[in-house]
Amino acid sequence: MSPFLEGLQRGELRYQACSACEAPQSLARYACRRCGSIRLEWRKAAGRGVVYAMTSVARAPSEEFRPLAPYALALVDLDEGARLMGHAAPGLAIGDPVSVEFFELSGRKLVRFVKASHA
Amino acid sequence: MGTAYVAGAGNTRFGRLEGQGPLDLMADAAQRALADARLERRDIDGVLCGYATTLPHLMLSSLFCERFSLEPAYAHGVQLGGATGGAMLMLARELVRAGRCANVLVVAGENRLSGQTRDTSIQTLAQVGDADFEVPNGASVPAYYALLASRYLHETGLTEADLAEFAVLMRAHAARHPEAHLKDPIRREDVLASKPICTPLKMLDCCPISDGAMALVVSAEPRVEPRVAVLGAGQGHRHQHLSAITDTTNYGARDAARRALDEAKLALADIDYLAIYDSFTITLAILLEEIGFAPRGGSAERARRGDFSPSGPLPLNTHGGLLSFGHCGVAGGMAHAAEAYRQLAGRAAERQVPGRKHAFVHADGGVMSAHVSLVLGLGS
Repeated sequence: MSPFLEGLQRGELRYQACSACEAPQSLARYACRRCGSIRLEWRKAAGRGVVYAMTSVARAPSEEFRPLAPYALALVDLDEGARLMGHAAPGLAIGDPVSVEFFELSGRKLVRFVKASHA
Repeated sequence: MGTAYVAGAGNTRFGRLEGQGPLDLMADAAQRALADARLERRDIDGVLCGYATTLPHLMLSSLFCERFSLEPAYAHGVQLGGATGGAMLMLARELVRAGRCANVLVVAGENRLSGQTRDTSIQTLAQVGDADFEVPNGASVPAYYALLASRYLHETGLTEADLAEFAVLMRAHAARHPEAHLKDPIRREDVLASKPICTPLKMLDCCPISDGAMALVVSAEPRVEPRVAVLGAGQGHRHQHLSAITDTTNYGARDAARRALDEAKLALADIDYLAIYDSFTITLAILLEEIGFAPRGGSAERARRGDFSPSGPLPLNTHGGLLSFGHCGVAGGMAHAAEAYRQLAGRAAERQVPGRKHAFVHADGGVMSAHVSLVLGLGS
C-alpha cells in the first residue's frame, strides 16, 4: 500500500515534500518537481487548506458511488502547499478555508473537506 | 529533410454501429483512405495504429495489418489518450521526412459505444486519474474536466452560457456532415437546461461516446492534387494528472503550438482554419485562449461574433468536433485533422469553405495533459 493510502487508513493526511529544497509535491513523485532531488519524504499534513476547484457530481461513474450522488468533489491547496482531491461538504466555494475529515466507503477511508471552523 | 504530405483520408460514419468490432471499423476506414489516396496495399510501408479501449492488445498494429493484409516495413501502436492521432500524424511525418517510409497509414477505430456498457467506458477513461489520489473518490473524466472548468471560469469570468456557445456551434457544424453522430439542432437554452453531469458541465457540454474509425495517409509523394503539406508539428507535456497542474495559462498547449508554428515559420495570424480538440466545451474554450486564437476569457465572444463559423475568419471544426461529430477515442481526435485536410484540399463537399491555406490542428490527451499541434498548409 502506498504511504498516502496507508496514512488514510490510520486517519492521517500525508503529503510528499523534498528534503533538499522543501518544495511540497502533489500526488507521489520519484523526483522533486522543483529541484529534481530524489530525496523526497512523506510528512503529515495539519489537515487545513483552501478550496482551489469544486464540482458537484450528479452522474456517478460506478454503482459504488451511485447512492452518494449528487456529491461534491474539491481540489484543495493544503496549507503545506500540496494539492489534494477529496469529497467536499455541499455549498463550499473556491477560496473557502477548509479542514479535513475522513469517512468510510466500502471499507476504504476517504477524505472529506468541510468548512473550517476557525475561519 | 523532405516534406511530408497528407495524401488521403477515410472514415466510417460515427454513431452507433452495432455489430462491428474495432478491426472491422479500422479496416473500413483504412480501405477508404487508400482509395482516397489512390494507393494500393503494397504502397503502404508504414502503419501507425491507435489503441482501442474495447480491444486491449499487445500488438494492435500487427493484428490490424494481418486482418487488412498489409506487410509494412515499419509498424507499431501509439498511446497518448486524445492526443494519439496528433502524435501519430507527427510521427508519420517524421518517418516520411527521414526517408524511412514512403506512405504511412495512420489508423484508429473502436466500438466504444456499442462494444461495452456506458459504465465500463466511463470507468476505463476515469483511470487517467491518479489511482491513489483521484480515482478512489468516485471521480471520472467529466469530474476532472468539471474541476478544471470551475477554476477556469473563476479565474477568467467565462460563464456556463459562454461555454454553451461552443456546444451550439459544433452541433450546427455537424448538421452539415452526413456522417456525424449528433445532428439535431440545439440552442443555448437547451445546453443550459440539459441534464447535470458535474457542475458546471451539463450533458450537452460533454461529447458523446460513439463507434467509428478514421484513417489518414501521410506520404512523400502524394498522388492526389492539390497537395497538403504538414508544415510543422510540436508537442507539450507538463503533467498527467489534474492534481499536478500548476499553470492555468499554459497547460502545455501553448508550448506545443509555438513549437509547431516556429517549425512551419508561420504566425497565429497566418492561420485561416482551426481544428481544435473539444472533448468538452471547456476544453475548446481553454485551448482557443491558451494558444492565442482568442484573448483569455474571450473565446465565447469570438464565437458569438461568428468568427468560428464557416463564413467567419477562423472556421472551427466544420465537421462538428467531438461534441457532435462524435468521440470514439483515438479516431475522434483524428477527425479534426481529416476535416482540416479536406478543407485545405477543397474536398469538404457541402461544407467546403473557400480559400483556406493554413490549418492549425491541436489535440489534447488526458486532463489537458498531452498536447500535439500540427500546422497543415496548401501547396508547396
